[in-house]
Order: sequence, then C-alpha cells, then structure tokens
Amino acid sequence: MTEQLVVHGLEWTEKLHFVYPNEFIYWSIQIVMYPYMTGLVAGAFVLSSLYHVFGQKDLKDIAKFSLVFSLALLPVAMMPLQFHLQQPIRGIHVMMTPHFTSAIAAFGIVFSTYAIIVLTEIWFVYRQYFVEQTLALKGVKGAGFRRLIYNILTLGAYDLSEEAIAADKKGVKIFAAIGIPVACFLHGYAGFIFGSVKANALWMSPLMPVIFIMSAVVSGIALCMLTYIIIMEGKKLAASLKKGKSDESVKVIAGVEMDVIKKTSRYLIGFLIAAITLELLDMIFRGYTQMKSWDILREVMWEEDFTKIFIMQYGLGNLLPFLLLMIGKPGIKRTGIALALILFGVFMMRWNVVIGGQAFSLSFHGFMHYHMPIIPHNLETYKEGLFGALTVGATPFILFYIINKFVPSLKTSN
Amino acid sequence: MSVSRRDLLKKTLVGSAAAALPLDAFKFLSPEQAKAALAESPHRWGFLVDTTKCVGCGFCVKACKKENDVPYDEPITRTWVERYVITNDGEALVDSPHGGRDGFTEKKVMEHDVDPESIAKAFFVPKLCNQCKSPACVQVCPVGATYQTPDGVVLIDRSWCIGCGYCVMACPYGVRFFHPVHKVAEKCTFCYHRISKGLKTACVDNCSFGARQLCDLKDHNDPYTKVIMTQRVAVLKDEYGTKPQVFYIGLDKEVR
Repeated sequence: MTEQLVVHGLEWTEKLHFVYPNEFIYWSIQIVMYPYMTGLVAGAFVLSSLYHVFGQKDLKDIAKFSLVFSLALLPVAMMPLQFHLQQPIRGIHVMMTPHFTSAIAAFGIVFSTYAIIVLTEIWFVYRQYFVEQTLALKGVKGAGFRRLIYNILTLGAYDLSEEAIAADKKGVKIFAAIGIPVACFLHGYAGFIFGSVKANALWMSPLMPVIFIMSAVVSGIALCMLTYIIIMEGKKLAASLKKGKSDESVKVIAGVEMDVIKKTSRYLIGFLIAAITLELLDMIFRGYTQMKSWDILREVMWEEDFTKIFIMQYGLGNLLPFLLLMIGKPGIKRTGIALALILFGVFMMRWNVVIGGQAFSLSFHGFMHYHMPIIPHNLETYKEGLFGALTVGATPFILFYIINKFVPSLKTSN
Repeated sequence: MSVSRRDLLKKTLVGSAAAALPLDAFKFLSPEQAKAALAESPHRWGFLVDTTKCVGCGFCVKACKKENDVPYDEPITRTWVERYVITNDGEALVDSPHGGRDGFTEKKVMEHDVDPESIAKAFFVPKLCNQCKSPACVQVCPVGATYQTPDGVVLIDRSWCIGCGYCVMACPYGVRFFHPVHKVAEKCTFCYHRISKGLKTACVDNCSFGARQLCDLKDHNDPYTKVIMTQRVAVLKDEYGTKPQVFYIGLDKEVR
C-alpha cells in the first residue's frame, strides 16, 4: 500500500483570493498551545515568588500550591512543540546542535535552567517535610515504597537543626528571586519568537515579548486561582457531606478560600490592566502609523477575525471578567466565572496572534482561514487538532495529581 | 574511597555533560575539506527574470517539479508563475492556479469575469527562491539545518531538519513548504545539483522565451550579470533587508 501524501496544512487551510501557492496555516493549534502553556508556567511561578521573595504574606497559602503547580505545568510547555514537529524524534537536535542566531535555539537552555530552578526551590521548600516523612514512616507496614521515595527526595540531607532550616528558607528566597527573571525570560522569549519574524506584519513588534509576559502572568494567576477554588470547593463539599453543612470546619474552609481568592484577585487585576494596555497600544500604533501592511491587517481585524478579536478576546475575555471582578463584592462563583473567562481571553489572544498572523497572505492580496480538525482521521489531524490540544491541556492536571501525592501543596497554614 | 556529596554532584554533572555530547562533535576535517569550507567561492549565483518576456506557459513549473521530485499534483511547488490583471480603475486581480503549472488557459481571474475592455495592463511574474544575501530562513533555523553555500545558494539538510516550520514563517516570499514525502522544509535550490556541474537550472533550460536566466554575479562578463549591472532592475520586498539575489525587469507596484 502506498502511503497517501499529506501536504502539511492543506487539510485545515481555506484560501480566499490570491495566496502564494506554498502558503498554508503551518503553525496551528499546537503553536497556540505552546505560548499558552509556557505562559501558565511562568505566571504560576511568578505568583509563588510574590510571596517567597517580596514577602506578600497574603499569598502564603496559594504560593506553595502555585509553585508545585508550575512544576506540573513545566513538562507540558514542551509537549505542543513535540506534537507540532514534522520530525519529532529529531527534536533533541535543538539541544545538541543549537544554532544560536535562532530564537528557538535558546529554548533548550532557557527551559532547562528554569526547570532546575523550580526543582531546586521546591526541594528547599519541602526538604524538612521529606525528612519528617522519612522518619515518621520508619517501620510503618506497607509504607516501604513511600518511605523510599521520601528518602531519595531528601538527597541525604537529614539535618533538621535550626541553622539548616534557616538555610533552607534562604535557599527558597534565592531561587525564587533568580526564578522571576528566568520565568519572565522563558515566556518573554516565546514572545520574541513571534515578535522577531520580520516577514509577518502582525507579529513583528518589539512589544510582543512584554505583551506575552503580562498576559502570561494573568493566565498563570487565573489558573492557579481557579484550580484552588475547585479544590477548596471539593474539600468543602467533602466536609459538609461528612459533618453536615453547618459544621465549623466547612465555615473555616470557606473563610480561608474567600480570603485567599480576594487577596490574589488584586494582583490579577493589576496584571490584567497592564496586559490590555500594552495590547491596545500595539494596535493603536499600527492603526496610527498605517504602514504598508495596515490595509490587510485592518481587514483581518475588522472583517475576517472581528468576532475572534473584539468579541471573544477583548469582550468576553477581558472586559466582562474585569467588570465581574471590579463591580460590587464578587463571591466565589462570580470570581470563578471571571477566572474562566480570563483564561479563555488569554487563550484567544494566543489564537489571534498565532492563527491571526497567518490569516493574511504575504502577498497582501488574500486571506487564509483555519479550520481546526475536530475528529482525527490520521496522526496529523490528531496531533494538530482538537484532541491533540486537549491532551496537552489535560496533562498538567494529571501530573499535579501525582506530584501532589508526594509533595502536598494544599495544606493551609491555619 | 570516600566521596563527599558535593564531589558526587560535581562529577555527576560533568559526567552527564560529557555523555550528552554527540560523537559528531568530534569529527575531523581533512585539510581539503577544511580549505573548501573556508575558501571563498569564485561564483555567486544570481537570477534574472524578465517579466516582459514571460507568457505564462508554465513549462518552468512543470520542469522544476519533475527535475526536483516535487509531487506533481500536490499544491506545493518550488517555483511558480503569477498572473496579474490590473483593471482601469486600479483593481489588481492575481492568480496562480496550480502554481501556473498548466499555463493560464482560463479567462477568469480569481473567479472574476474580466471584460477585456476594462483591462489596463496584464502580465506574468515568475517566482522562485531569492537566494538572499542575508537569508531570514537561515537565521531562524534552530538546528542549522538550512545553510548558505559559499556560492550563495541556500540549501536544506534533509537529514537534520526537525520540521518546526520557523523558516517557512520567516521567509517573506513564501517560497518554503514541507515536502510531503520527506517531511522536512523544502524550497528552490537553483537546481544546485545542476549548476554546480556547469548546467543551467531546469526552469531556465525549459523557458523558451528567455524570461528566466541564471547568472554568476561575480563574473562581470556573464551577459545576464551585465544586464543586472547596467540596466534598471528591481528586487522583491527589499524592505525586509534580506538582500534578495533574484533581479526583475518590469516589476509593478502590485507585485509583492
């Protein structure tokens, strides 16, 4: 049987007017997922660092959680790229023979540096816990494997003296501090990958990395908050089923939850304003300067992609959640809805940048539309379709579940 | 032997770094190879397209597809021909069905019926890789799989390309695509396998009208280099700073 020839991009690209023969939507859903996932990693880490470095005490409870969650998100930042590569087995070449004039070549180095920092920081945060568990599980029947894991995780550092604990805390602070610029770099540079493509009129902008960082922090914080709400609601439900709705423990959980969410919301709104301001600045600047590409960009923005940009991204994803968070006293439900909308808004922003950037022909004479494959019928339509994206989106939660078994991050301070 | 934890960690780090080095890193070049890699080439390949001579027959596209094993019926091509029809009120209609492979036998342009009376001007423009002096595609390749030869042609190493598509995005001229068989980036090479043996490119050989000409820009006696030197020629999209080396006679502002 001869293999059917697959022209990459042909399946999901619809061309309108004149488009160069070789132009297709080459960067599809997985390249939307890539900056989205790295953004979540970076944002979650920055949130945890606000507590560890700047001593924002109101973030104490969510800081541990977001740190561990950023670890769970970390491997997932790489997944979409592997899914997208035409030669996935050669992906390792980026590490082995990096060509340093390319923005992508730094990925391996930045990514590994960041991974080491996150792992080190988590180790410092949890070393005491690891040692305590190793000691507590000694001789406990059936806990042999668990104890072995904790024993390995201590890396042989069993010292629980006051000086040693103080050294741990210092370690956390140092790595959280180094981590902030590295996290921003990791993501800002994802913005640079797009912003430096001079051939693409929509991407080419020095603001792109900064816009990416701001929206990354927004999405990271929003995801941490939303996951936190879901977990706490689950706990509340479990407690009320066990002990009845009016039990004291249910009220305590609800109180802690509301407190954490209220405090974190403030940071979220701050970063959201910064992100929107920069995005609008970029758009206004393009409209005002009216370079050669403006005619086609305007058509993409106002006609072809109007719904995606102005209704879904700015309207539903930015304005509506902003109002939901600002007007009156938002409760848990309203905050939850606002958070989900913000995550959707940032996703749409990534979509509009990645897919929107390919929505017009380099000839400026035509347009391309992307039809995401839904039901996969071959490997390509799985990898670069809805199910591939869902695989990437679901992985961090599975990883978090496993990691959290050994590194509990949801215990509150009171 | 006692090993401190610090030593163990240090040695592990060094050991894993050493193990991570591929054997390729230790390849030795013979003196001839080293000389060839450093020496400046006596050639710099360029191209001259005289759009006033192109009739849109599409033989160049056909020849290219066959010469370079580009799947004949798939909608990707290393070279193509665009048809421009500019109407009296300034509207530009452009098309390139099958990359112009089968010529332009259809009167409709982009599904528009065009009244011959309303046409102000119409012409054909052949396109191919510009073999830029500062190629954006080479700059962005994360693994160095696409590179520039000393005689100025940009090539792709099919055994090393990871298929990320960054070069496809970086090229302002849209000449790159993924080869459906090899699953790596693909583009016009000026028929490097031919020109390095003293032959002409397949498209030049098959153009009966002399609209396409290969030239050696370092050879000032080359008749087509002379044309580029002495006549008014233009390049496509010079605003991107890529310094394209395909020169055109008879370009129009609508051609991008």
